[in-house]
Amino acid sequence: MKKTNMNQDDYRYKIANKEALIGIGIVIINFIWWYGFAYGLGSKDPAEYTYVLGLPAWFFYSCVLGFVVMVLLIWFVVNVFFTDIPLDELEDKEI
Amino acid sequence: MNWQAILPLVLFLIIVFSVGMWAGKYVKRTDSFLQEYFLGGRSLGGFVLAMTMVTTYGSASSFLSGPGAAYNQGLGWVLLSTTQIATGYFVLMILGKKFAIVTRKYKSVTIVDFLKSRYGSKWVVLLSSLSILIFLFSAMSAQWIGGGRLIQSLTGLSYIASLFIFSISVLVYVIIGGFRAIAITDAIQGIVMFAGTLILLIAVIIAGGGVPAIISDLAAENPNLITPFGANADLTPAYVSSFWVLVGVGVVALPQIAVRAMSYKNSRSMHRGIIISTIVVGFIMLNMHLIGVFARPVIPGVEVGDTVMPLLAQTVLPHWLSGIVLAAPMAAIMTTVNSLLLLVSSTIVKDVYLNYIEPTAKEKKVKHLSMWVTAVLGITVIVMSLNPPDLIIWLNLFSMGGLEAAFIWPIVMGLYWKKGNKYGAIASMIFGVGSYILFESFYPQPFGMHSVVTSIVIAFIAYVTASLLMQKKQLVIEE
Repeated sequence: MKKTNMNQDDYRYKIANKEALIGIGIVIINFIWWYGFAYGLGSKDPAEYTYVLGLPAWFFYSCVLGFVVMVLLIWFVVNVFFTDIPLDELEDKEI
Repeated sequence: MNWQAILPLVLFLIIVFSVGMWAGKYVKRTDSFLQEYFLGGRSLGGFVLAMTMVTTYGSASSFLSGPGAAYNQGLGWVLLSTTQIATGYFVLMILGKKFAIVTRKYKSVTIVDFLKSRYGSKWVVLLSSLSILIFLFSAMSAQWIGGGRLIQSLTGLSYIASLFIFSISVLVYVIIGGFRAIAITDAIQGIVMFAGTLILLIAVIIAGGGVPAIISDLAAENPNLITPFGANADLTPAYVSSFWVLVGVGVVALPQIAVRAMSYKNSRSMHRGIIISTIVVGFIMLNMHLIGVFARPVIPGVEVGDTVMPLLAQTVLPHWLSGIVLAAPMAAIMTTVNSLLLLVSSTIVKDVYLNYIEPTAKEKKVKHLSMWVTAVLGITVIVMSLNPPDLIIWLNLFSMGGLEAAFIWPIVMGLYWKKGNKYGAIASMIFGVGSYILFESFYPQPFGMHSVVTSIVIAFIAYVTASLLMQKKQLVIEE
């Protein structure tokens, strides 16, 4: 039956599980960066704000730079840690 | 009527239309109609994959109501909307290759298909089909109305005529071309959305006299506009952070998005897709909302939030260019409704009809049935959009959070937790959706957060508890 397929050990699942965990790691980093700069720098009186490229510093670091950093991080992670594996059924011939 | 603005829009619709017809050829040629029509034959490359994910997710709210809220709330709302960057990579990474491999093994074409093979339960299939039909149908109607209104405001035609134009342009290529037509037109429309955002951003910065001038105008009007806390200082960190769940990680459970995570060709297209979709979704979400804030000093005193973006485009751009830019929200709406339409129709044909009504239906019959169901659904939506019933509007409010609460654990835990079983999935769906509707109706924002957060936690507890409690019974059944 097809039903048991999912629990069979497949070397590819190990790779897939690792990559899913990396995804969780990235979203946590993303959140900390976003939250830290936004509320760390943005919670003071607006009169005391500093500015980067005309934008309030909290916004620049959290949203603009944060976006650029995330793209670079993801580009790096995907190229270095993600593995090229076949997705189709390995041994199945009964199509 | 403003022909200079309408012409680019018409041109845009014609291009989209022809691509759809071209993709329809694949449907005629294919030897596996279901795989092709509902999933494009699992052949998407990285770029098309990224674009169809981003554009299916990005809807009227990204281009109309979102920037409108940013106009009223200031940079705090831009902060909130940048939580959506996560959608660019999270869905593909979390469902990831495991989902791609497993759905190939199961030969699943839809999310319900996957749940059916994973849990082997009639009730899981019925509950999940029902959630999709109710929530997505109402979400689709709401977007459809938005599409009609947008054409109305651009062309000055009557609402009915506008609705008709909109419907024809969507229906034809969805019915004929299926998933592949949708994915390819999504890619084209994604480029339009990207370019429209860029042009409008540059134009509004020039019109406002540069970024520093705009920011100091905003601070002079109300210093709260440049803080993370919103115009009335009522956007708390807890509330804003909870959008990481609603529009960030929770998106993994939206069936129209998750189904795309089984449509790519190979590992390499997935890798490219992750990078491209992060760039595109981040760029559009950050800048569209920033445009909304920057519009405030340029066109002060706009009352209706949804009109900020069209008004701005018409003020700061030459006519012909504003036509091109306004094709962007049009594209955003079209790309969302086309996917929803196909998903609802696949639920009816594949998940309900082929499972329970006529499992042995012939290929040719399934083909005709799919196209007819899609057409009938489309026409039903049009009729409802003429005079939208209150129930639809009410249900639409719950659509996104409701689907997330229903599907997140049955999909994610189903993939990664061996002990998860049908009892867990059923409990999780019932408690998730039930608690979400109750919270939203009677006790919004528990713990200062969007109620989707609490419901997802409750759904998780229900999934794990029911799976473990019923574990023995499940084993007995299997043996």
